[in-house]
Amino acid sequence: MLGPVAAGLLGALGPAFGWLPAIGADEPGFAVFRDLLAWPGFMDAARLSVVTGLASTFLSLGLVMLVLASLHGTRAFEAVRRLLSPLLAVPHAAAAFGIAFLIAPSGWIARAFSPWATGWERPPDLLIVQDAGGLALIAGLVAKEAPFLLLMSLAALGQIRPEREVLAARSLGYGREAAWLKAVLPRLYAQIRLPVYVVLAYSMSVVDVAMILGPNTPSTLSVQVVRWMGDPDLALRLRAAAGALVQAGLVIGALGLWRLGEIAVRRFGLRLIARGGRGRSLRVLRPVALGAGLLSGAAVILGVAGLAIWSVAALWSFPELLPDAMTWRNWARHGPGLAEPALRTLGIAAAATMIALVLTIGCLEAEHRRGLRLTSRGAWVLYMPLLIPQVAFLPGLQTLMVAGGLTGGLGAVIAAHVVFVLPYVFLSLGDPFRAWDSRLATSAAALGARPDRVLWAVRMPMLLAPGLTAAAVGFAVSVGQYLPTLLAGGGRVATLTTEAVALAAGGDRRAIGVYGLAQTAAALLPFLAALLVPRLVWADRRGLRDGA
Amino acid sequence: MRHIRAALIAAILATPATARADPSDWDAVLSVARGQTVYWNAWGGSTTTNAFIEWVGERVAEDHGVTLEHVKLADTADAVSRVIAEKTAGRDEGGAVDLIWINGANFAAMKEGGLLFGPFAEDLPNWALVDVEGKPVTTDFSVPTEGYESPWAAAQVVFMRDTADLPEPLADMDALLDWAMANPGRFTYPQPPDFLGATFLKQALYGLTDDREAPLGPVEDADYDAVTEPLWTFLEALTPVLWREGRAYPQSGPAQLRLIADDEIDLAISFSPGEASAAIANFELPDTVRTFVPDGGTIGNASFVAIPYNANAKEGAMVVADFLLSPEAQARALDPEVLGYGTVLDMDALTPEDRAAFEGIDLGVATLSPDALGPALPEPHPSWMERLTEDWIALYGVAQ
Repeated sequence: MLGPVAAGLLGALGPAFGWLPAIGADEPGFAVFRDLLAWPGFMDAARLSVVTGLASTFLSLGLVMLVLASLHGTRAFEAVRRLLSPLLAVPHAAAAFGIAFLIAPSGWIARAFSPWATGWERPPDLLIVQDAGGLALIAGLVAKEAPFLLLMSLAALGQIRPEREVLAARSLGYGREAAWLKAVLPRLYAQIRLPVYVVLAYSMSVVDVAMILGPNTPSTLSVQVVRWMGDPDLALRLRAAAGALVQAGLVIGALGLWRLGEIAVRRFGLRLIARGGRGRSLRVLRPVALGAGLLSGAAVILGVAGLAIWSVAALWSFPELLPDAMTWRNWARHGPGLAEPALRTLGIAAAATMIALVLTIGCLEAEHRRGLRLTSRGAWVLYMPLLIPQVAFLPGLQTLMVAGGLTGGLGAVIAAHVVFVLPYVFLSLGDPFRAWDSRLATSAAALGARPDRVLWAVRMPMLLAPGLTAAAVGFAVSVGQYLPTLLAGGGRVATLTTEAVALAAGGDRRAIGVYGLAQTAAALLPFLAALLVPRLVWADRRGLRDGA
Repeated sequence: MRHIRAALIAAILATPATARADPSDWDAVLSVARGQTVYWNAWGGSTTTNAFIEWVGERVAEDHGVTLEHVKLADTADAVSRVIAEKTAGRDEGGAVDLIWINGANFAAMKEGGLLFGPFAEDLPNWALVDVEGKPVTTDFSVPTEGYESPWAAAQVVFMRDTADLPEPLADMDALLDWAMANPGRFTYPQPPDFLGATFLKQALYGLTDDREAPLGPVEDADYDAVTEPLWTFLEALTPVLWREGRAYPQSGPAQLRLIADDEIDLAISFSPGEASAAIANFELPDTVRTFVPDGGTIGNASFVAIPYNANAKEGAMVVADFLLSPEAQARALDPEVLGYGTVLDMDALTPEDRAAFEGIDLGVATLSPDALGPALPEPHPSWMERLTEDWIALYGVAQ
């Protein structure tokens, strides 16, 4: 995992220090960094990346903790939980487009109240989407990252088994929320720390969502880096490389800041726990939690519903709530071109997920048999591709792959996807796998089963639900990859995502609707399977049904 | 194993940086091209263009046995990056890009960097039909093409207005400013460095400056401050009354169309006279939209295709470039139901049947006739676009 990232970063190092002979830059030095710092929008762009990244991570985590503390184990929680798979499956770009259409001054919400309530015959000139503070971007990221953190939390909770602690705490007079926050949260957070870091790194360096919802005067640093990389003025590629390294540095700095925050919260939290407040009044949070959770989920789902309607819309102008007429013309125009990229997308995702699963299970089982623990350094290496911004190392990696003759084919794309799918699969499966009660292995061994048989006949069947969830997450990650597909495939491997992002550049909502729906469907199917298969296979084993 | 074999075959067959067949020997080109697969890297953001390219693929497969694959780019520069990455890695043959839809600054950069194959364009059989005098086909943003790229569509700036809100065309940039002041928030343009946004700056410059000659040469040779001073005064007055007070801009031309469709703005710039008609047909614009050109004319240019120096299927790429110049393809592209792109052919050079095919096309409700469109102003030297964009970004692009 370290290989591709290090190679890619090295590839960015040369140009950042003024060395890219292919375009005639052969005077190494710090001139490029000086040029970057002299770019007038630099401070704003860097600040935006840091602020939107930290804010959206903080809010996502806060929302998940609020929902879990107030609602875990209640019937309302089941409603939230049922929303989870579809929310995870919606690709980021599609979700961002949907949300943009929802909240824009000419969007669905404004239309619902116009002109009868607002008096708006024409949309008001309000800066909502692409606002300078990045609020729309933060909202869009929270709507997509909170479900991911919730999924990771649920996977971890399946192993922590918090019911006993909650019961004990509540019998001591703690309110539901306080019991959860004081007895469960500390253990839970330790388990989901890496996913939180991943969310932070991702939110800081995301490109597609930031292009759609983020401000543009200036945009976030990562968007600006991609723009420079695409500028006809080839000299700007040097500035792009320097910007990419700065972006990587910002992410590392923000992770450090977050870590400091963790320590502070820990100190404060311990004191709070020691004080022993029963926190019964925290009950008022319950409607807030439910409201915030549903609002965040509804934003994505209504957004996708909006895309679905756009995909069959004839003329649909403000302030109409629905199109003048429905038409299949958009599907007739784009549908035939959909089949081939759809099949390719599914094939690549299946292959990458399979490889990642095999590697993950092999690695975890080796850990188990040899009594090793993945050291924290090892874990960091594994998650490196998720913690270092894609824009920082992918272009360098592309140059190296071309040099090695490793491009253009499906194989290269699958290999590139594995780099990103593997950490997610490991992240999803690692904790349930390790937390599996190994006394069962001892019993099985005592009954004469060899290690392989223990793995395949006892452990994996028991881990069917988390295993399938991990596969579904990996699948969805692969479906959503844009830059790696474009760069490793030499642009020749068209997937639903590369097609959708290319179309998004044009902004034709009808075409985006068609491709966004297809993309969502491709990522949603495995989640459905992960939900249904364990229920069918383990119809008579209640404890084995829930992977997430 | 298969990789090694493929590499060996490629090494034996390929001759570095030249085509196997000489462009001037067209029969040889055709015979080598048969069976080749051409990867055409073209912007994929327009669904109508994508459909047209697909049709081109069907036709060249039928006529010449060339397989065409459209590599849909979010940005043409992705293909340029690819060729640079290949050159950096020493891959001087068997490159992944065979044909690029290109113009302006990307072409200038690739030509200067020695990244293009050619000259080939003037050897294409259909070059004889091209209107070399009347259409901007031999220079691309004042850079001589010298046969390193072949034209396939002509374009000219028009303004689209929603007649429901803006009934009369605006005569010039001053009229535009007056109207914008009276209707704040109803006009915007794509954010430079977007190509169309930069075009708006150049068009405004032509409309405001007294010295229309200066932009034709390199910016270093002109008194830049004096020539552009009226433009900056104009923008200073215009920006506060733009959509969102200029604190946000649409990111592309099509994003502007969406703003008109959502009734957020009433006026937008376009680089394709037929775009509005085509968009109305696809429900992307209300049918009240019409186009106009301000007095004094608008900028025109051509879209080109070029072949990278290390392309794998240069012959196939030339066959595609030639087909794009055929009357059949040009007439189809002109049809607003298909693309609504202007032709680069000389009507007088065509056979009567071919000419009739062009004359039979209904240009659509919002498209101006060639007479109403008026003469095309030449594109300024690329250095002007760079400088204007750079200064615009410093003034408006990074100031929240």
